[in-house]
Order: sequence, then C-alpha cells, then structure tokens
Amino acid sequence: MTIESIAQAAYLVAALLFIFALASLSKHETAKAGNAYGMAGMAIALAATVALAIDRQIETVGLILIGVAMVAGGAIGIWRARVVEMTGMPELIALLHSFVGLAAVLVGWSGYLLVEGGGDPAETAELEALGTLGIHHVEVFIGVVIGAVTFTGSIVAYGKLSGRLKSNPMTLPGKTILNLGALATIVVLTVWFFWSPQVWLLVAVTLVALALGWHLVASIGGGDMPVVVSMLNSYSGWAAAASGFLLDNDLLIVTGALVGASGAYLSYIMCRAMNRSFLSVISGGFGIEAGPADDRDYGEHRETSAEQVAELLWEADSVIIAPGYGMAVAQAQYGVAELTRRLREHGTSVRFAIHPVAGRLPGHMNVLLAEAKVPYDIVLEMDEINGDFAGTEVVLVIGANDTVNPAAETDPGSPIAGMPVLRVWQSDDVIVFKRSMASGYAGVQNPLFFNDNSAMLFGDAKDRVEDIIRALP
Amino acid sequence: MIIGVLKEAAAGESRVSATPSTVARLIALGYAVIVDADAGAAAHFTDEAYAGAGAEIGVAAGADIVMGINAPSVQQLDAMRSGTTLISILGPASNPALLDDLAHRGITALAMDAVPRISRAQSLDVLSSMANIAGYRAVIEAANAFGRFFTGQVTAAGKVPPAKVLVAGVGVAGLAAIGTAGGMGAIVCATDPRPEVADQVESLGGEYLAVASADTEVSATGYAKEMSQDYNARAAALYAQQLPDTDILITTALIPGRPAPRLVTAPMVAGMRRGSVVVDMAAASGGNVEGSVPGEVVVTPNGVTIIGYTDLPGRMASQASQFFGTNLVNLVTLMTPGKDGILELDWDDVVQRSITVTRDGEVTWPPPPVQVSAAAAAPAPTAAAPVQAKRVVSTRRRFLRVSVASVVLLLLVAASPAALRVHLTVFALAIVIGYYVIGSVHHALHTPLMSVTNAISGIIVVGALLQIGQGVPAITVIAFVAILLASVNVFGGFAVTRRMLSMFSKS
Repeated sequence: MTIESIAQAAYLVAALLFIFALASLSKHETAKAGNAYGMAGMAIALAATVALAIDRQIETVGLILIGVAMVAGGAIGIWRARVVEMTGMPELIALLHSFVGLAAVLVGWSGYLLVEGGGDPAETAELEALGTLGIHHVEVFIGVVIGAVTFTGSIVAYGKLSGRLKSNPMTLPGKTILNLGALATIVVLTVWFFWSPQVWLLVAVTLVALALGWHLVASIGGGDMPVVVSMLNSYSGWAAAASGFLLDNDLLIVTGALVGASGAYLSYIMCRAMNRSFLSVISGGFGIEAGPADDRDYGEHRETSAEQVAELLWEADSVIIAPGYGMAVAQAQYGVAELTRRLREHGTSVRFAIHPVAGRLPGHMNVLLAEAKVPYDIVLEMDEINGDFAGTEVVLVIGANDTVNPAAETDPGSPIAGMPVLRVWQSDDVIVFKRSMASGYAGVQNPLFFNDNSAMLFGDAKDRVEDIIRALP
Repeated sequence: MIIGVLKEAAAGESRVSATPSTVARLIALGYAVIVDADAGAAAHFTDEAYAGAGAEIGVAAGADIVMGINAPSVQQLDAMRSGTTLISILGPASNPALLDDLAHRGITALAMDAVPRISRAQSLDVLSSMANIAGYRAVIEAANAFGRFFTGQVTAAGKVPPAKVLVAGVGVAGLAAIGTAGGMGAIVCATDPRPEVADQVESLGGEYLAVASADTEVSATGYAKEMSQDYNARAAALYAQQLPDTDILITTALIPGRPAPRLVTAPMVAGMRRGSVVVDMAAASGGNVEGSVPGEVVVTPNGVTIIGYTDLPGRMASQASQFFGTNLVNLVTLMTPGKDGILELDWDDVVQRSITVTRDGEVTWPPPPVQVSAAAAAPAPTAAAPVQAKRVVSTRRRFLRVSVASVVLLLLVAASPAALRVHLTVFALAIVIGYYVIGSVHHALHTPLMSVTNAISGIIVVGALLQIGQGVPAITVIAFVAILLASVNVFGGFAVTRRMLSMFSKS
C-alpha cells in the first residue's frame, strides 16, 4: 500500500460520494444529507491529492501556495455564498461556472507547459513510450477549448443576468456561420497541433474559443437564460472531464461526466418546457421576429384595484399563485409569502404553480419562495397542478407572462405555439400583476390579459401585494 | 342609458334580475337604473334597498335596456318602445313565435340561455349559475322528503347507515348535487354518458358509475346529445341494478331543444325501497322519470316520493337573483367597453352574436355555430396525424443515428491506446449514471442541484494541486490561480447550497 494506491482508493470513494450526493438531492427530505455527502467527498479528494502532492516531492513553496490559494479562495467563496441575495442566485451560479472554465483553461496550459513545453522531460518521455503523446496534445486542446467557451460564456451570462450587459440577443450578421466557422477553425487548429505542438497554436485556439463562448451566449436572449445557465453548467462539467483525461485522473473524469450529464439533462428539461430544440436555443434569436400578427385587436383589458383583489381573495376557498421572473425582480416573494400565510390562516387553500422555465435558473422560484418561508409542499410544478386550475376560484399571476399565455395552445401561428403553459385562464378569476401592458420576453402579446375573467393590477408587484395585505379584513 | 329591472310577471316566479348590489355595479358602469315597485319583494329585496343602492323605483319597461328573468308578459312588452334592448331567458329554440313578436316590435333581444359554452363566457352563463343552485336545492328538497339522516352515525340510540344517493347526469346541476349530498354525509354515485366527467365526479367525492358501452360521447356543444338504443339498454340495466338499494335518486339529464330522455321507468321506481325519494330535475321538459309531474310532489303506491319541482332555483330566490344579477352585470360590462353607460352590441364578438336573437326587426336566431372548449379534442385528430407520422420517421432516424454513433465510437475507442480506453470506459459509465441520477431530481431542487454540481466541478482543483510546485515557476503561478478559482467554487458552491436547503421547510 503506497500513498499512490491510497489516493486512488480515496478518489473512488470520493466519486461514489458525489454520485450519492446527487442522488440524495432528488428529494427534499434527503437533500441536506446529499450536500453533506458532497462535502465529505470533496474533503477526501482534497486530502488525498495534497498527500499525493507531498509524496511526489512538491516544493515547500508550492505547499505554502496551495494553503494560501485554498484559504483565500475558500474565504471568498463562503463570503459570497453568505451575502448573496436569493434573487441574485442565477448571477452567482453563472460566475462560479466561469471560474471552473478558467481553471480548466489554466490546467490545460499548465499541462502544455509541463509536457509539450518541456517542463518535465521525464513525463514527456513516459508519454512518448506509451504512445499517448499525441493524445495528450489533443487533450490539452479539448480542455482549453471547452474551458474557454465556458469561461467567456459564463461571464456574458453573468453580465446579462446582473444587468451589466443588455439582455436582448446580440445579432451579428450570419451568426450561425460565425459559430460554425469558429468550430471549424478549432478543429483545424487541433489537427495541426496534433502534428506539431507549437505554442502559437494554443494561443490562437484559446482566443478563438474565448470569442466563440462570448458570441454564443451574447446572441441568446435573457428569456432563455435558464437553458443557458444549465448548459454552461454542463460545459463546466465537460471541461473538468477533459482535464481529467489530460491529467490521467479518473476522479476528474467521473465528476466531470456527472456534472456534464446533469447540466445537459437540465437543459433538456428546460427546452422541453419551452417546446424548443436545444439547437434553436443555442443558435439564439428567440423572439426577434415579434409576431407579424401582432396588430390584431385583442379587445380591452380590465383593471382592478388592490382592495377588490383583497376582497376576492378573502371570499375565495381556493387560490393558486403563478409567479414569474417579475416576482424576483420586484423582490415580492416576502409579501407573497405573508399573503399566503394570512389566507391559509383564514382557511383558504393556497398553492403555487411553478412553470419549469419561470425565473432565470431552473428551480429559481422554488428557492425564492423557500427563502420567504413558503412551505415547499404547497409549491407544485406545472404537471402536478395544471389540471386543477379549472376548479380554482382565484389565480394570481405575479410577474409571469409567456408561461401563462393561452396563445401557446390556441394560436398555431404564435412564436410560442406548442410550449406547455399554466392554464390559469380556466379558473374563475385571474388577477395579473404587471408593471404595464408591455409584452413578455418572447415579444408575444398575451390574450390572457383581455379575457373576461382576467383583471390587471398594474404597478410594482411588491407594493401591490403589500396593498392587498393591508386591505385584507 | 337607463336600465329597467322588471317585476317578473310569470306566476310563481320569485327571482328578480337585479339585486341592490348588482344595481350598484350597473350604476358604476355609468347607467341609471329603474326598478319596478316590489320587483324584489319575493326574493327579500325591498324597494328601499334598491333606492339605497341608487336605483329609482318606477316603470322599468320604459327604459332603454330592460332586464328580466323570463320573457316579459304581453302588457310589459306593450309598454316597451321600439329600439329597446331586452335581456332575459327567452328559450329561442322553443319559442319562434315570441322571437317573431319581438322582431316585429323592433326590440333587440338578448337571450341569456343562448350563451355559448366557452370559458370566456362562463361569467355570463345563467344556465350554469341556475343549475348550480338547482342541484343544491334538489338535494335539500330530497333531504326534506327523506325520513332519515344522510350521514351515517353510531349513537347510543343505535347505528344509522349513510344514505345512498345516485345522481344521473353530471352537468353543472349534477355536480352541485354530488357536492351537496356528499357534504351532508351521503354515499354518492353518479352516472353520465360522457366518460370525461369521471374525474369531476371523483373530485367531489362521488363514485362514477360507467355504463358499459362503446357508445361514449364527445359533444361539440358542451351539452349532452341523444344516445343510441344499445347505450340506453345498458344504462337501463345499470339503473335497474342500482335503484333497489338507492335512497335518493336525482336526475338532471337534459338535451337542448329536445324532450328530456326517459331514464327511469315506472317498474324501476316500483323496485325502489319504501321511503326513497326521486327528484326529477327535468320534469319541466318531459321528465327523466316516468310518473313525475311538473311542479308537483307525487307518492307512488310503493311509497316512493317523486319530486317534480320546476322552480328549484326560484326556491332560493335571494341566491338565485344574486347569481342571475351578477351574470347580467358581467354581460353589461362586456357590452360597455367605455364604462360610460352606453351599451354597444359588438356583432363580431362571438358571445354577443350568439345571444342576440332579434335585431333591427329581424330574427337572428340561430347564430352561426361556436366550437366550444368542451370540443377541444375535435381539432386534435387533424393535428395528431402528421405528428404521428413524424414520430415514426424520427424513431427510424434515431435508430440510424444510434447505430452510426455506436460504430464511430467503437472505431474511435478501438483505435485509442490502452491507457485512454480505461478512461473512456469510466467516462461513458459516469455519463450514464449522471443522467439517471439527475433524472429523478425534484423540480424544486434544480437550483440546489446546480450549485452542488457547481461545487463538485470545482474538483478540477485536484489537477492544479498536482501541477503546482513541480519546479517550473510559470506552471506554479498558473496552477496557483487555478487553485484559487476552483476553491472559490468548491467552498462557495457547498456553502450556498447549504444555505438554500436550510430554507426549504414543510408546512
């Protein structure tokens, strides 16, 4: 038993703990335990790796640097995690993705300097003997490319989500050609690098991949961010897996594949919830062609007041609240939770209907409502609750638009046709909280607002909800 | 414009088409309201209450818009001017003579019983709102005539079994009856030719009894239609089997424009237990039950009470008036887009077109057919066919794609060096595990899932840890930065997940 073999065993245990962690996250009851498994796995992996590094005669200065980097990084990470607002969660996650991406780029570059750059001739000779030196070149490239795309893509996503960049899609002429051209360039450079590993090729491919990541996400609109964030999550996993191939490390491969598969699956769920193919989201441009049929006359919308809504809610036996991104923007979740509590004490059945793409992150609404202490067992997802709207007296639509648009079911010409939506219009009364009559992210007019059983409550969602709470008897 | 609220002329009609609270809403829309003296007396709304809501007490028939529950009497019609808009139940399908008369008088007539069954028009649908009341009242009447409890009880004076209630026809009235009887503690069963109502029955706590027949129905109008001979025979068998141990039978089966279907024959009634009660809600249109008399209560020789009241909503006049009045307010709101007290008839609006039975001296009944929400299944088959075809193609294409991918993968792996093959094996299996593990994650936990995967993808730190301090300064610097970034990820990801998960709580 050597340090090397113990480290291998530790990696296996860590990998299993990670799988266990993800599996435990499938249910509320076991989710906390899942997080603990993840932390345990990470601790084991880190300890084993440091031991391995010491065993490989690491320089003392290297050991000190490890300590400094981990303490500093850990402190920053924990500090950010403490102070982040739950509404700001999408930005934080996008930013964290960018770190993984950049780390993968750096690991790739180190790998190049170590082997191809002549940093460790012994290692180079060993790879030569095994006949995997060419493979190593390709692995460096793949790791750097995926890492760089993840890095800039996540930076742009972060910028869009935090409002530092405009969230509407950037439309360069021939953007699909640009993307395909970049991919082709990367392939050509990879082949070239395989035959003759020169440093300028690595620089070039890094730059091309950085540009590609930037352009990919910049041309996707803010409304598609749930898909983009989970897609970047997936990329960050593949970047880790690529590093694992590069470093001959199964733990990295397993973990990267787990994360990559999980992100891909989430993207798939999000795309299905919008009835769109993954490729059409990636190639961007949703909602640019703002329906030519939009000069149609939808009739008049009806306006209501907070007092009337309060009265309606007090009389009702069953209420469903359908929140959207607007609730997060207005920070209305606390007011909504308070309203829910008051109504439930009054004996009203209050439930929440969450569309899979509500918010800017998969599950975003659930986190916000949980933060505001709304019990999770009354927060239901679309498939669980869609059949119940018909028997419900009042539905409050708070800051949601496209996810409750009946045109998705009734108007085959609508840009969102076929997207599954919350059938709020089947209830007796629908109250729509909205800042103005502007259309949603998809740029599609919403006939729901003009239904006879719909009434609009204009203004900031937070203020309006508080007005309603004040007006309750 | 002025809205007039008629005192109902029909004998025994206790409802009124507006209550003080709906009058106030009409006034808020910009109208003036005149109410006939004593119009609401039978429904316990006094003239003072109407005056208090802002109405004038006077002669309603002279107003620009005249509202009533039923069609006005000849005297009332005579008092109305040409150009008046009349809103009430008119029965356009069975009263062609009335429509001709109204057209001749130049009255624009809106029939509240012709509202199409689309979700947008639900708030105007008096048939639904009245049926709801009638269904409730039918149970109350049955309970009144029934000599036992509805709910089962175990008392010191002995044990009481719950009453068994059978509801035939699950429309709005049937559902209201199911809910009411269930709420009173009875065991409720219901039957209907439309199998899709089974869920609705069960949602109210009733049990749905299906008639074993292929002849189920999808109706394009939202109402029931006549059934075939075979179906009727099987339904009769169901009733014959159920009725002997049924305490209360409530029948609600109506077919628009036709006599009510005869569901229960005299021999079946004779098979019921002494003391049982039958409420035939269709008595006015011929009756579902043989032996029912419209407006009367009869007791059969074997002691079964058959209630044939035709004024069930009118027996709850206050409630019925409030619902009816609200339906009318909703209609007037729809037709007053400017909220300025000017009624505008929008001929392009399918709801308004459907209920308008006379206009400008012409009979405009029947309206063009409206496809209603109940028939949402109808356009689906046309759409389904191409989808089906597409799916077949894509299955084949998918198979092809899988085959090609397998071959390419096989060749790639076979050509790769031994060291790489081991990694590829691990890689492929981990992807599959990841896919299945994530597939079962609860939707609400997607954000924590994402932050955990984020944290563990910080495992890339392992790579940098092994690269640092290997004697090349440039690598050490790069690896240092990588460790720093990845550590932010690891610690930040786990910490934020922990914070999020601690917020999720159950009620």
